[in-house]
Amino acid sequence: MVPIEIRDVTLVYDTPGGKVPGVKDVNFNIDASEFVCILGPSGCGKSTLLNIIAGFLAPAAGEILIGGKAVTGHGMDRGVVFQDFAQLFPWRTALGNVAFGLEMKGVPKQERETIAREQLRLVKLEKFVASYPHHLSGGMQQRVAIARALAYNPSVLLMDEPFAALDALTRDDMQRLLADVWRETRKTVIYVTHNVAEAVYLADRVVVMTPHPGTVKMVIPIKLTRPRDPLSVEFLDYQKELLAHLGHGTAETQEHKKANGKAPTTGG
Amino acid sequence: MAVQDSASAVGVAGATGPSAGARWRTITLNTYPFVVVGAIWEVVAHSGMFPRKLFPTLEDIARSFIDLTVSGILPHHAIDTLLRLLAGFGLAAIVGLIIGVSMGRSRRAEDIFLPLVSILAPIPGLAYTPLFLLWFGPGEVSAVLLVAFVSMFAVIYNTWTGVKSVKEIWLRSAQAMGADDRRMFSHVILPGALPYILTGLRLGLAQAWRILVAVEMLAAVPWGLGWLIFGAREFLNTDAMMAGVVVIALIGLGLEKYVFQKIEDYTVVRWGMIGAMAP
Ligand SMILES: Nc1ncnc2c1ncn2[C@@H]1O[C@H](COP(=O)(O)OP(=O)(O)OP(=O)(O)O)[C@@H](O)[C@H]1O
Ligand SMILES: [Mg+2]
Repeated sequence: MVPIEIRDVTLVYDTPGGKVPGVKDVNFNIDASEFVCILGPSGCGKSTLLNIIAGFLAPAAGEILIGGKAVTGHGMDRGVVFQDFAQLFPWRTALGNVAFGLEMKGVPKQERETIAREQLRLVKLEKFVASYPHHLSGGMQQRVAIARALAYNPSVLLMDEPFAALDALTRDDMQRLLADVWRETRKTVIYVTHNVAEAVYLADRVVVMTPHPGTVKMVIPIKLTRPRDPLSVEFLDYQKELLAHLGHGTAETQEHKKANGKAPTTGG
Repeated sequence: MAVQDSASAVGVAGATGPSAGARWRTITLNTYPFVVVGAIWEVVAHSGMFPRKLFPTLEDIARSFIDLTVSGILPHHAIDTLLRLLAGFGLAAIVGLIIGVSMGRSRRAEDIFLPLVSILAPIPGLAYTPLFLLWFGPGEVSAVLLVAFVSMFAVIYNTWTGVKSVKEIWLRSAQAMGADDRRMFSHVILPGALPYILTGLRLGLAQAWRILVAVEMLAAVPWGLGWLIFGAREFLNTDAMMAGVVVIALIGLGLEKYVFQKIEDYTVVRWGMIGAMAP
């Protein structure tokens, strides 16, 4: 897979109400096959940054290099998964959705269906190949979306809060599944979230962004072995650290400290 | 989640179908109003309130219907009308789709066509009839062109709305997966706009029907249901008139039930893009 370099990327939205900063001077690198989470408060520019990397938005300044090549627009070296369940095409079955990119690539029908089936198996939906999206639950739809983004074999997978609209239980399942999928496919992944636990569970490194206008505050490597245990002390320590860096969460971190102080039993 | 609930309800209905009892109930419910109106009609017709010649009984209408059908006259009228309808409406569908799609896709086309459509659409179709008769002379050409012109607006308007309402996220997903302009159109925009397009075609067809029957009365075409009804007036053949009306109703119902509803069930309903219609 390929490394990604994000160099001095800035974007300003022109709105009728004036100029709104999207992101400002964003700089960081991602290694090949690395899983990076972009973490930040709502409105800090996470989606903006991801859309720039995806090639949907052109930055006002700076550039993105994927495998050393500058991004000039969207391309099939990147697969994208959005938060919105409505991203699937309702007029296509799960299989048809997953095969879409291959169809655009000109892969023959037989072959693309074989590949699409294989991708759906990867996200544990082999029984639902013939289902239309409106017959699938939200979590299943997002799994189809992941399979769809992987099917044409991009080297980079870009995900914008794909599980944010799911209930907590389903979200946990999805995170586990995504970790498995990543281990099997070894894509370079950029995953946007504002959920601290999710970032610690999934990421090799977490890029923490400052509130509006978004810049990179710091990059924190998560040095935990996989599969990770969300209840381990180290896991919780990382969560606390990230919460502290998120800045606006000082009150929360205070509470965490108090809770910790009051519970000496956890210390043994 | 609401979406899922309705979806699974549709799934169940589609899997097992309504029970025979429920089916009979809906049939009874649907025919009941007609039975009542028919009974009132019979009472009035037999009461002698109006001359029998002007207010035929249902028996007379049925007899006339059968006679005209057996003699081949009614089918001939009906087929001529249908051909005109298909020619006019087909033209409207093609031109309407092209204009509607270009309005939805291009700002400039929208700027040009929207004012025109907004002004021309609300004018009753019949108001254009004298103009078309003067331009193209009485006969087939006028009839077909007028049907096309009048029924085009509903297609244009709904197609335009449909194309505009195609979700941004579908376009983005397709772009990310490498769709070029042509396939973006055929694989995403058309199916995405289909619920609206079908509505437009359906409304356009209703308009086409209405104007066609009127135009056949005025455009001096030799055959056609409108002409049958209009001509029957001269000889006080009210039973033949009513037979013509019945055929118009039957064809309209047939097109709705066996063409549009089938297309919808097979596409947008199956895809969950609109709810299933009551049976
Ligand atoms: N299309 C747009 N036009 C104008 N301003 C925009 C647009 N999209 C985003 N913005 C602004 O840019 C800033 C960053 O938005 P963005 O959607 O990237 O935030 P985010 O971090 O993804 O937030 P969230 O977690 O809520 O999704 C916000 O202040 C927002 O108001
Ligand atoms: Mg966002």
